[in-house]
Amino acid sequence: MRAPSILRTQAYRIVLVYVAVFAVSVAALIAFTYWNTRRALDAQTDQTIEAEITGLSEQYQQLGLYGLGQVVRSRSEHSSLGLYLLADRFKRRIVGNLDPWPAILEHPDNFVEFDYQRPIANGFETRRARGRVFALAGGINLLVARDVHERYLTERLFTTTLPWTVGLVLLLGLVGGAMMSRNMLARLDSINRTSAEIIDGDLSRRVPVGNAHDEFDALAENLNAMLDRIERLMKGVREVTDSVAHDLRTPLNRLRNRLEATQRHLDPASGESGEIEAAIAETDSLITTFNALLLIAEADAGVARGEMIPIDLAPIAEDMAELYAPLGEEKGVALRIAPAGATMIDGNRSLISQALANLVDNAIKYTPSGGTVTVTALETPDGVELRVADSGPGIPEAERARVVERFVRLDASRNAPGTGLGLSLVAAVARLHEARLLLQDNKPGLRAVIRFPRPAPRPR
Amino acid sequence: MRILVVEDDLEAQRYLVNGLKEAGHVVDDAADGETGLTLALSRPYDVAIIDRMLPKMDGLKVVADMREHSNVTPVLFLSALSEVDDRVKGLKAGGDDYLTKPYAFVELLARVDALLRRRSPGSVKTRLQVGDLELDLLTRTAQRAGAAIDLQPREFRLLEYLMRHASQVVTRTMLLESVWEYHFDPQTNVIDVHISRLRAKIDKGFDTALLHTVRGAGYMIRAARPAA
Repeated sequence: MRAPSILRTQAYRIVLVYVAVFAVSVAALIAFTYWNTRRALDAQTDQTIEAEITGLSEQYQQLGLYGLGQVVRSRSEHSSLGLYLLADRFKRRIVGNLDPWPAILEHPDNFVEFDYQRPIANGFETRRARGRVFALAGGINLLVARDVHERYLTERLFTTTLPWTVGLVLLLGLVGGAMMSRNMLARLDSINRTSAEIIDGDLSRRVPVGNAHDEFDALAENLNAMLDRIERLMKGVREVTDSVAHDLRTPLNRLRNRLEATQRHLDPASGESGEIEAAIAETDSLITTFNALLLIAEADAGVARGEMIPIDLAPIAEDMAELYAPLGEEKGVALRIAPAGATMIDGNRSLISQALANLVDNAIKYTPSGGTVTVTALETPDGVELRVADSGPGIPEAERARVVERFVRLDASRNAPGTGLGLSLVAAVARLHEARLLLQDNKPGLRAVIRFPRPAPRPR
Repeated sequence: MRILVVEDDLEAQRYLVNGLKEAGHVVDDAADGETGLTLALSRPYDVAIIDRMLPKMDGLKVVADMREHSNVTPVLFLSALSEVDDRVKGLKAGGDDYLTKPYAFVELLARVDALLRRRSPGSVKTRLQVGDLELDLLTRTAQRAGAAIDLQPREFRLLEYLMRHASQVVTRTMLLESVWEYHFDPQTNVIDVHISRLRAKIDKGFDTALLHTVRGAGYMIRAARPAA
């Protein structure tokens, strides 16, 4: 199965980024609301306390400590939220509904929060209060506070809820994203699978079109229209190749037949026989060129696609080296085969052999006596490669792209036998296999490399 | 030997029939698939030469029908189609050999001879002998006039193929196809070099040569004829 994990899809990545931004926004919004609300509540509390302190300090100035004590006692008894503690310089309680003096830092004019104990039905409960210490003349300390336990609980609720809220937003977002991208993925996957099947040679396949009339269906329809056209073109190329093959081979066949029949009735020693023989040889070279051109056209048209099977390049390299070794020896060129590792590819053995034969043939042809030609099949990080390296004159870098074109022959080899199609054929075979033909500097000499892509892993 | 030729290009057919007759065969001809099939099924032939593209009935279908009727006549396909996968299709349909047009007549004749020979396999041989050259197929050894000849595995296969077709012309293409299993035409004649090495091993130092070059055609291994 080639369906990638949902986590690696573009759709999911987009969802992920979106959910993250959304979660941060939600968190920020909640945090701001909380902070603002608390500030407003505190300001209200502080204002009340401020007013009370002002009032009480006035009482103190007018009525003295006793009067203040009376007022504080009265307020302590009648207020449910207000907390008062009048204490001497040693923080000992004189009067008030709070005892003992809470452990707080004393910064006059600063509001502080502290915990205090309040009696309930069976024992005490700890509650939160907010207040301010006011130092009166004569070392008297006045603490005025208000119970903010409700606010405190709400705050606690906020801080414990926030992570959960953000977590929930993230979770829902991710699940929703996964579902969304799975849906998109399923549709893209069907397009991808069809494309892969078509690349593998089944041109009759079409991308399934849904009935939602959305952009995916439009994409599928466009792809299908494109495929229809490609299929028509390929069929056309194939038909042309076939009929050209047939229409040219038939007269060539007759020509050769005629020449052969004529020659059979001639005295082998006569001059006419020699002429006919030369004519037959010319016909044969015509046929060779024609066959090579046709094979290139076929390879380019992808005609042989259907016959791609898993093959090992190493034995092909060994066989070819063995086939050509005696020829090399006769020319004084040593033909070596370098050891190989795993070299499996999907390919057409016959075409690859022929391409390799062309490369080896060329290498031997252009390597001077005493030189070496090395054939290698190996796996590299870039793919699976067939290499033919020689110690001949090589090809100047500027000419390398040109020699692969049809009928191009460099001046140095213009008079050597050959069709000028050898490398073109190799390049065409490479293209058919989605491989690349690379001509490199072997320092000295030429290194021709056919670099095949690694075969796709096969389902078992 | 009786040979059936099914070919719709009448001129090519005429040359083919004449050539085969000159080579001493009895030849029947047909110009379309249906007639060809009727002939193939009604008379015993030693070999049938059938064009791939025929009017009325495709060459592949003719052979497939012959095989369906348990007719085992060896078939040589001729084809003007391109080569890459047509050859495989032809052999799958029941053809025994495949030749692409334009062909050399000597090539065709050599292949027909090879098919005719296949028709009469005789007993399974474990030894091949040509003159004083002997090949032991079990021990994979060769000797001539009692002296062992050291052969590489591929040289052994080459010699084996030549000796199985002793006294027959064997073309370079046939050798490349059977011994190396390649179906393409190498630009250089690599086979010649292999043959000359083999010749150096089996004929050098002996008065009579066994491995002969047949000019314009290929090679033949045969025992020395009594002096003519």
